Amino acid sequence: MSVLVYTESENGKFKKTALEVASYAKAVAEQMGTSVTAITFNANDVSVLGNHGVDKVLKVTNSQLESFNAKAYASAISQAAKNENAKVVVVSSSADSKYLAPLLAIDLEAGYASNVVEAPSSVSPFTVKRTAFTNKAFNSTSINTDVKLVGVSKNAFGVVETSASASAEDFSPNIPELGVSVESVDKVTGKVTIADAEIVVSGGRGLKGPENWGMIEELADVLGAATACSKPVSDLGWRPHSEHVGQTGKPVASNLYIAVGISGAIQHLAGINASKVKVVINTDPEAPFFKAADYGIVGDAFEVVPKLIENLKAFKAQQ
Amino acid sequence: MKILVCISHVPDTTSKINFTENDTKFDTNGVQFVINPNDEFGLTRAMWFKEKQGANVTVVNVGGAETEPTLRKALAIGADSAIRVNTTAKDGFQVAKELAKVVQDGGYDLVIAGRESIDYNGGMVPGMLAGLTNANFVNNCISLEVDGNNAKAVREIDGGKETVSTNLPLVIGGQKGLVEESDLRIPNMRGIMMARQKPLQVVDPTDAQAETDSVKFEKPAPKGAVKLVDADNVQELVNLLHNEAKVI
Ligand SMILES: Cc1cc2nc3c(=O)[nH]c(=O)nc-3n(C[C@H](O)[C@H](O)[C@H](O)COP(=O)(O)OP(=O)(O)OC[C@H]3O[C@@H](n4cnc5c(N)ncnc54)[C@H](O)[C@@H]3O)c2cc1C
Ligand SMILES: Nc1ncnc2c1ncn2[C@@H]1O[C@H](COP(=O)(O)O)[C@@H](O)[C@H]1O
Repeated sequence: MSVLVYTESENGKFKKTALEVASYAKAVAEQMGTSVTAITFNANDVSVLGNHGVDKVLKVTNSQLESFNAKAYASAISQAAKNENAKVVVVSSSADSKYLAPLLAIDLEAGYASNVVEAPSSVSPFTVKRTAFTNKAFNSTSINTDVKLVGVSKNAFGVVETSASASAEDFSPNIPELGVSVESVDKVTGKVTIADAEIVVSGGRGLKGPENWGMIEELADVLGAATACSKPVSDLGWRPHSEHVGQTGKPVASNLYIAVGISGAIQHLAGINASKVKVVINTDPEAPFFKAADYGIVGDAFEVVPKLIENLKAFKAQQ
Repeated sequence: MKILVCISHVPDTTSKINFTENDTKFDTNGVQFVINPNDEFGLTRAMWFKEKQGANVTVVNVGGAETEPTLRKALAIGADSAIRVNTTAKDGFQVAKELAKVVQDGGYDLVIAGRESIDYNGGMVPGMLAGLTNANFVNNCISLEVDGNNAKAVREIDGGKETVSTNLPLVIGGQKGLVEESDLRIPNMRGIMMARQKPLQVVDPTDAQAETDSVKFEKPAPKGAVKLVDADNVQELVNLLHNEAKVI
């Protein structure tokens, strides 16, 4: 028996969420008095997983799995879970993990809880806390099946360091017929993505036009942040759709979310309120965002943002 | 082509969220229910397939009689027929099992569902349904075209998008992008009148059981008031973010 965790990598390197789900798996394993096994696909150096609670790594190396395929990955993870006799399987909340998890749940006949924010409050019955109603509430859910599948929310549990080392072995699952094949990938490179970003800088209609996004990009640059926008901004074509965040756009769960010229409509907040610290810059003190934010400046973005960039540059220079 | 659009009936985002019976039940009092936004995009895309490619479109919901106005709205938007599986939706697995039966009985080629519903945000039903019916599955689908048995889809990924090819039978988890906001339709009088004549079939559930139980709800701790920083003292914000919030 063990806890199995799927640790995601990109170009051979682990993502931060991989270390977070490994830490989570360790917490579950401790409660159950068992060990943690990780499964990786085409990852290079897996030793880092040992620092986050993993005891054993199953390394899948297969050129057919170079690009993500939900069915094949789910099948491989399911085979690993059966081999290891895993009673709990842990995945992240990345787009890929959310894609494969329901397929994995069916393969393993496992009850699945997604968007889980804490270690289980009890392992018998197995009970976890998840978000519901677009972060307006939490729901404690018990999973009644023999095997349990847990999807951990990003940035909710955190990365925990342990000092242990993981053993590694090769694992060669059978690969099913893929069913869906990738024709082309269109991905911005060299930019922080909203999904991975610790900090997100977001602009709204208050910025008046696409020509004013220079300062948003510069602010993001100084902070090593990803850029995002409100829905009307992408609808108007000022910014690409991939930057649209909110209920109908991408979800954001960053450490810091800076909203510039965004009113804070409920549909916008629904998608970003999982972020830890929220800052708003808006001319209108009555803008609803001030009720949702931790820090705020009532002021004109065209004056405040350049000052903020200047101050941050000075701050970074001191560090 | 026979299309099944899965419709989840959810509280409008602007609704106040409250719980009753010792925080174990969602309080539907005064809550307005709508078609899940992701399903509305899917339904509108289905209308395109109907109008351009002669597809036949059925909408389905697993739920009690209270969801029928939502199904009627989908009929008024243009779906040909509706099915309601007469049982309370308990979890993603149970709903997916009920839907799998509907898919098998009806022989649908394409199932359009949403990437998640905005009530429980499970993101479970479409993938589970694909797994149960052995169909291909594309999640976070932002574009879909079908030509005979072949489908081409675009899926949103972290940091970009991916174009994939696949075959029917297919299940998608759709979202905005399938159609644009401006393409969404508000039912007109004629649609509403016609919807009354369209078949809404109520079917009995199978014996599918849920795998999870909702134990209790709670609301997040109330947030403290915003700390305002003077626009002339931006340095103070940098200090607060560094020393107090510790995020930079
Ligand atoms: C079903 C549905 C789904 C939706 N989904 C989403 C979603 O996913 N994401 C989303 O964002 N929206 C969504 N919306 C839209 C949402 O309701 C709001 O309309 C939208 O978020 C408003 O965008 P905004 O704040 O950029 O623009 P506005 O509401 O126009 O606000 C602009 C703000 O900028 C401020 N401002 C003006 N000038 C300046 C200046 N010089 N400096 C600083 N501030 C300034 C103004 O005071 C104002 O508060 C959805 C709506 C519906 C009905
Ligand atoms: N009770 C239901 N009846 C019909 N379809 C549903 C139901 N619940 C969920 N779905 C479909 O599955 C999608 C994802 O829902 P969920 O897995 O609940 O997040 C929704 O957008 C719907 O298309």
